[in-house]
Amino acid sequence: MIPLFLVLIYVLIQGGRLISLQLLTELPPAPGLEGGGIGNAILGTIVVTLIASLIAIPVGVGGGVYLSEYAQDGWFSKFVRFGNDVLAGVPSIICGVFIYSLIVATRIFFDQSFSAMAGGIALSVLMLPTVIKTTYEGLLLVPQEMRMGAYGVGASRFVTITQITLPAAFTPIATGVVLGIARAAGETAPLIFTALFSPFWPEGLFNPIATMSVLIFNFAIMPYEAQNELAWAASFVLVIMILGANLLARWISHATRA
Amino acid sequence: MASDVCMSLQDVTISYGSFEAVKNVYMDLPKGKVTAFIGPSGCGKSTVLRALNRMNDLIPGCSLKGRVIFDQHDLYDKRVDPVEVRRRIGMVFQKPNPFPKSIYENIAFGARINGYKGDMDELVERSLRKAAVWDECKDKLKESGFSLSGGQQQRLCIARAIATEPEVILMDEPCSALDPISTLKIEETMHELKRSYTIMIVTHNMQQAVRVADMTAFFNAEAVEGGSGKVGYLVEFNETENIFNSPSQQSTLDYVSGRFG
Ligand SMILES: Nc1ncnc2c1ncn2[C@@H]1O[C@H](COP(=O)(O)OP(=O)(O)OP(=O)(O)O)[C@@H](O)[C@H]1O
Ligand SMILES: [Mg+2]
Repeated sequence: MIPLFLVLIYVLIQGGRLISLQLLTELPPAPGLEGGGIGNAILGTIVVTLIASLIAIPVGVGGGVYLSEYAQDGWFSKFVRFGNDVLAGVPSIICGVFIYSLIVATRIFFDQSFSAMAGGIALSVLMLPTVIKTTYEGLLLVPQEMRMGAYGVGASRFVTITQITLPAAFTPIATGVVLGIARAAGETAPLIFTALFSPFWPEGLFNPIATMSVLIFNFAIMPYEAQNELAWAASFVLVIMILGANLLARWISHATRA
Repeated sequence: MASDVCMSLQDVTISYGSFEAVKNVYMDLPKGKVTAFIGPSGCGKSTVLRALNRMNDLIPGCSLKGRVIFDQHDLYDKRVDPVEVRRRIGMVFQKPNPFPKSIYENIAFGARINGYKGDMDELVERSLRKAAVWDECKDKLKESGFSLSGGQQQRLCIARAIATEPEVILMDEPCSALDPISTLKIEETMHELKRSYTIMIVTHNMQQAVRVADMTAFFNAEAVEGGSGKVGYLVEFNETENIFNSPSQQSTLDYVSGRFG
């Protein structure tokens, strides 16, 4: 707890004092100039995280449903779950390098190399294990009698899963998804190799895009006061967003349990 | 097959993995009547009941040999869709298992997926009334099914089964979680329902079997040599009156007179 508070307080003091409307809505200044903001990086983080969620949530929930509702509890299912746990432990930089060689280096999307899409895909790989695991474990908690009840009134397996079982496991799944998003939103390493950075507003999904984590990485080490301050401000915004996501996850698990 | 037979079990043996839970059951369950399954714990009553709407399909390792004829078809024929079977043969379980939805939606769910086109409000009220739980529910239809007591939940589940208007309703100890007054209400419901439905009920309550059932099947279980557990079998199947007053088997007499099990 103490390290958490030290980090929070330091970031809040260093970054919080800089926050203004201008900071949230303007582009960063050219090196050596004053003022400007981190508007493009905030937008970029939202875009990249959204892409990641749009991929990881359906695939991850689908995978969790498959493991819990369709797969026999045999060696294959065990193997997939083991693989999933291993994937969860893979350092994020390896995800970045992997997507770099798969998508960026091959210029697979419209001959573009670094892109928001590649960044989103890299983050989705990071989110996937969390989503699969929480979906699978959430579904295991749904009592078998509940499924029986649905089958007993003539529901097919698909209807049972989509209308009874998944809603019954909504709380753990939603909590896991939100925590997965919060984790992905703050990642830097996989984005350096994939989304790169841009001093401009986002120019579409298949161009490089600025994100807050990469902005921090780039600006914190620049020899310019203005850029250093923007890095602190971005840290502040990122911490607040992640804190907000964690509070949201807590709120979901409380509000829906009653 | 006679037209007054609803379902016919022909040499049915049900196994969990390699363990044979019930063996060689022959039974003609009459249409439009209430049939009770009685017998000591573990003799396979629930297993046989679940076989009647292919609910056992959902238990890994459970398999059935023999034939279960319903409406001129073998329920276990490859061409038969188990989902369709369960639409026509509804089930109420031993433990109340309402859906995590509102009381209203608990009833409407089954009706909707079965393509019900009529007035849903009316169906919900009618089903809840038939299951003798309307008075407790009418002011809280939008609240969760879990906000009811255990006994009320069970009656909600009965209402849910009725709402899909199946031809047959299977009930596995539906009253084991109910107080005597709601039990009586459910029994009245069953008398009402058997005009339009065929009902099979598993019960441990002898008086209940006498009160509601036209026919009674007595199951028992005995250890077999080399077997891993007790194997259930059908001892006697007859009019309820005969089973309780002049059974043909000694073990039936012992059981119904309370000297056993
Ligand atoms: N899901 C299952 N997996 C393996 N064996 C089972 C399963 N369900 C029941 N059995 C076995 O099958 C036999 C019959 O069980 P069943 O539940 O049909 O008995 P029952 O007559 O309904 O008993 P009770 O009156 O206690 O409900 C028992 O020996 C039981 O251990
Ligand atoms: Mg039973």
